[in-house]
Amino acid sequence: MLFGAINEFWYAVPLVISISLVYSATRFERMDMILSHALRVGGWIVGCMFVVFAVLFVISSRL
Amino acid sequence: MPLKDPATAAFLAWLIPGLGHLYQGRRAKGLLFMVCILGTFLYGMFLGEGRVVYAAWQGEDKRWPYLCQVGVGLPALPALVQASRVRNKKPPLFNTFILTPPKFDANPRFKDDEDEDIDQLNKRLHRYFELGTLYTMIAGLLNVLAIYDAWLGPAYLLQQRKKEEEERESERPPPEPASAASPAAIK
Repeated sequence: MLFGAINEFWYAVPLVISISLVYSATRFERMDMILSHALRVGGWIVGCMFVVFAVLFVISSRL
Repeated sequence: MPLKDPATAAFLAWLIPGLGHLYQGRRAKGLLFMVCILGTFLYGMFLGEGRVVYAAWQGEDKRWPYLCQVGVGLPALPALVQASRVRNKKPPLFNTFILTPPKFDANPRFKDDEDEDIDQLNKRLHRYFELGTLYTMIAGLLNVLAIYDAWLGPAYLLQQRKKEEEERESERPPPEPASAASPAAIK
């Protein structure tokens, strides 16, 4: 069940990249600042997704 | 930062993602927005086989996602043309069902209407219908950020202006206190 769910998460990767880059590009003008900020934002998004996934997985495995 | 005419830049940014920034001479950002936003939109269209972007307001098929998808501008506008043609009992442009609303029920909308209805479409595409819808909606919403950036410039400039105003306020000398007694009262 877990590996089936992981397969679906690959569809989130292009979205995370796109959202991070576009959001960072609206905050800065220089490309190096945009890219470094995008890496940070992308990391935050993936981290939050992982935490939420872990919580939901634990809850659903105990039901 | 010279933003040229902000209204024109914002309109161009809506029409084609990144075009407003290219108009302003901000080439790197313009290309970045173009590639990211159009890439996301086109990938969504690919996942949904071109059937996830359409304008419809019929029965239970009220296509709310189109309100987000239209943020991408020109790539999503032909859906309005297709919807209008189908509503007037004409076949869609170029005889293709891309950007065309699916049938709501089994009744044909025009002569030799061989399109699927919304249930058949969901059954055939499975999760890719929702995924394609999600991608195209997000592309439209991201373009709203790009339009804002073309109109007003990057967000850090607003913070910088605020900081400069606060520094000017703090450098201004404080007003002198008014004297308690007037010269006439002292006499």
